[in-house]
Amino acid sequence: MGVGIEVINLNAWYGTNHTLQDINLNIPANHATALIGPSGCGKSTFVRCINRMHETNPIARVKGTVRIGDLDIYEDAKPVEIRRRVGMVFQRPNPFPTMSIYDNVAAGLKLNGFSNRRALDEIVEKSLKNSALWDEVKDELKKKSGASLSGGQQQRLCIARALAVDPEVLLMDEPASALDPVSTSKIEDLIFQLKSKYTIVIVTHNMQQAARVAEKTGFFLNGRMVEFDSTHKIFTNPSDKRTEDYITGRFG
Amino acid sequence: MVLCAFSIFGIVILIAWQLILRSQLAWDKFGMSFFYQVFTDSYTQQKLYWDPVNEHFSALPFVFGTLVSSFLALLLAVPLAVGLAIFLTEMCPRALRGPLAFLTELLAAIPSVIYGLWAVFVLVPLLREHVNPLLIRSLGWTGLFGDDNPTGLGFVAAGVILAIMILPIISSLTREVMTAVPHSQREAVLALGATRWEMIRMAVLRNARIGIVGAIILGLGRALGETMAVTMVIGNSPEIHHSLLANGSTMASVIANEYAEASADMHLSALTEIGLALFIVTIIVNALAQLLVWAVTRGAPRQAH
Amino acid sequence: MKIDQFKTRSKVRTISDHLVTSLAVIATALVVTPLVAIFIYLVYKGASSLNFAFFTQVPKPVGEPGGGMANAILGSGILLGLASCIGVPIGISGGIYLAEFGRGTKLANAVRFTADVLNGVPSIVMGVAIYALIVNPQKHYSAFSGGVALGIMMIPTVCRTTEEMLLMVPHAVREAALGLGVPNWRSVLSITLKTASPGVITGCMLAFARVAGETAPLIFTALGNQFWSTSLNQPIAALPLQIYVYAISPYDDWHRLAWAGALVLIILIVLAVSLVRYVTSRGVLKGAS
Repeated sequence: MGVGIEVINLNAWYGTNHTLQDINLNIPANHATALIGPSGCGKSTFVRCINRMHETNPIARVKGTVRIGDLDIYEDAKPVEIRRRVGMVFQRPNPFPTMSIYDNVAAGLKLNGFSNRRALDEIVEKSLKNSALWDEVKDELKKKSGASLSGGQQQRLCIARALAVDPEVLLMDEPASALDPVSTSKIEDLIFQLKSKYTIVIVTHNMQQAARVAEKTGFFLNGRMVEFDSTHKIFTNPSDKRTEDYITGRFG
Repeated sequence: MVLCAFSIFGIVILIAWQLILRSQLAWDKFGMSFFYQVFTDSYTQQKLYWDPVNEHFSALPFVFGTLVSSFLALLLAVPLAVGLAIFLTEMCPRALRGPLAFLTELLAAIPSVIYGLWAVFVLVPLLREHVNPLLIRSLGWTGLFGDDNPTGLGFVAAGVILAIMILPIISSLTREVMTAVPHSQREAVLALGATRWEMIRMAVLRNARIGIVGAIILGLGRALGETMAVTMVIGNSPEIHHSLLANGSTMASVIANEYAEASADMHLSALTEIGLALFIVTIIVNALAQLLVWAVTRGAPRQAH
Repeated sequence: MKIDQFKTRSKVRTISDHLVTSLAVIATALVVTPLVAIFIYLVYKGASSLNFAFFTQVPKPVGEPGGGMANAILGSGILLGLASCIGVPIGISGGIYLAEFGRGTKLANAVRFTADVLNGVPSIVMGVAIYALIVNPQKHYSAFSGGVALGIMMIPTVCRTTEEMLLMVPHAVREAALGLGVPNWRSVLSITLKTASPGVITGCMLAFARVAGETAPLIFTALGNQFWSTSLNQPIAALPLQIYVYAISPYDDWHRLAWAGALVLIILIVLAVSLVRYVTSRGVLKGAS
């Protein structure tokens, strides 16, 4: 089951670049929330603050509060623990090329000390089914390497890998932008099925995609969150002029 | 232009040809057994390998010496080199990286004879006074550390100085293949909740392992042919002992020691044959290493530090 | 959100992480230590013997104090000069061929492979080969044979760096030359080569520094010489060779000279390497833009 995310006065920097300024929002549990905005507006940075990946960059800095459920992730927990509970899927699929499909999915579990063979088999199968990849690879789980799949399959493998450790939140940073239209729609269908079980935050530059999969949408501009509301409202009757300009394509 | 490029071919062919030509005499007499035969001294009934006076030539002690000293060097150098590479690529604060990398480059630039000089006057006494007695006391039961050579020279000395010499190469190359691993792999592992060491192990070392093996083999290639420093500390004795503290000789050191004074044709030919063997072995080892490193870095652009 | 049930392993994982970090730091310290130790010892031992006499006098007979290594310094200079005459032209031409004319061809790959083979030849084996090729037919040792040996050893380094530097010249520069209607390969080459010249020169310096410290190929080609000599047809002294001979000798006076010589040699090499690093990080890029 997913949990809600509460963000209070979040600020982030890359060196001297103030990438995120005073972000405040509440992301609802078990829903899909889309983040849209022009390139460089900070949406990727925001998402990387939720699983504390932003700070892996030596010149990065964060201030503010992020609560996942009832846990303050910056004050009360270590990055390793947070990343275990918050899954991430990246823009370009990055399966592990030296490992088989099975080992890719099981990677997160093995890191955490999972060794029971049968339990691993079950979880791998379940994750691959949840990411709609099982039927395509079930005969070659241990023979094929993760990198030998097509682009769309690789991304679904990465989703399976993230799901295997049973996260409560799933972050997706433009997951379909490097894929062809057929794979993209498969991923979108997937998100639709997954959002009842997880809290999904998806960054996208594709407004139609946001409209298709997300219940709530946030519009980012120049490091600030301009508007956050139900997807329907954002796309049909936005409150802020800037949002309207972006939606109608006047810039970005 | 093309002519000059061709001259490179010509030079290598000339070298190979001369080596083959001049070792003909020894090859005709001994054949392949040159590398493993054992003679017996007619007076003492002891095993004998290299006796120029009586034309007994066996390269066995030198092959043995080369292999033992090189592998000892690898044993010492590889963990340190990989540890240094890991530190420099994944853990080092940015400000320190440049100076440390430069320091490693300097280590690689120091001539062999200066390493030898330092080894003779600093390392060997150190071994003689402190390290060797310790080794004999604690590990003498293994049979590998006998106490009949109190000079401090020998395989351990050669192994240590060789390790210091091949360390920079292994480390630089390891760093290169580690840096060639794409950042996205590191992020993928971190996002699953891995610690830094787990990330290094799963994303970097695992992906770069072929290249790291290549770096180690390149280090081996360098160790096999290293001459001056080894000659100065290995004791130069054409015998085979089971003790690592004993004196010995390598293929390179025997050539360095005896070639200038050798006058008999057979002696010179035997030495040249050793040189030819060294030539062939280092070509194979280096080619293998290059292949492995190339396989890993092929896709990634060269990155400067 | 709750921290999960995998907490039992997290202690082990954290400890392993810290342990590995410590090991890596220890490894780094162990690597840096010999380097620093060698340098300090060299300066300590060598500085006291460095005086004017070192640079101007030839070695005195055993037992007499004083003397210097002037002949060895001159000898090294002569040998390296000769080596450069061979190594630089062939190496640069090879590099030009690889970068400009043969790029991608099988022949170029073969040349590159051969240059790598040459690079991997142990220096002592090079000495044996040159002995066979030059010393034996001439029936005497000579500076010429030593210079040839060193020159051949310079070729692979010069060739490789020339190729790399030429490949770094941006395509825009070549296109500009072609756009000017300069079809002659020689002109195109002079523009590209000129742009890459800082890098090419540093490559030569690197090769120079590398062979400056070589001893093994000289043992039975140049042989060494206790006296002043400038002739190419006679044995000649060389700094690293002299250091070797003195180091393994039983005389304290000669040991002192060996340390002094080593200090001079290492200073020259460090200067060369530092210069190379400095130029590479600034020069080539500046020249190309």
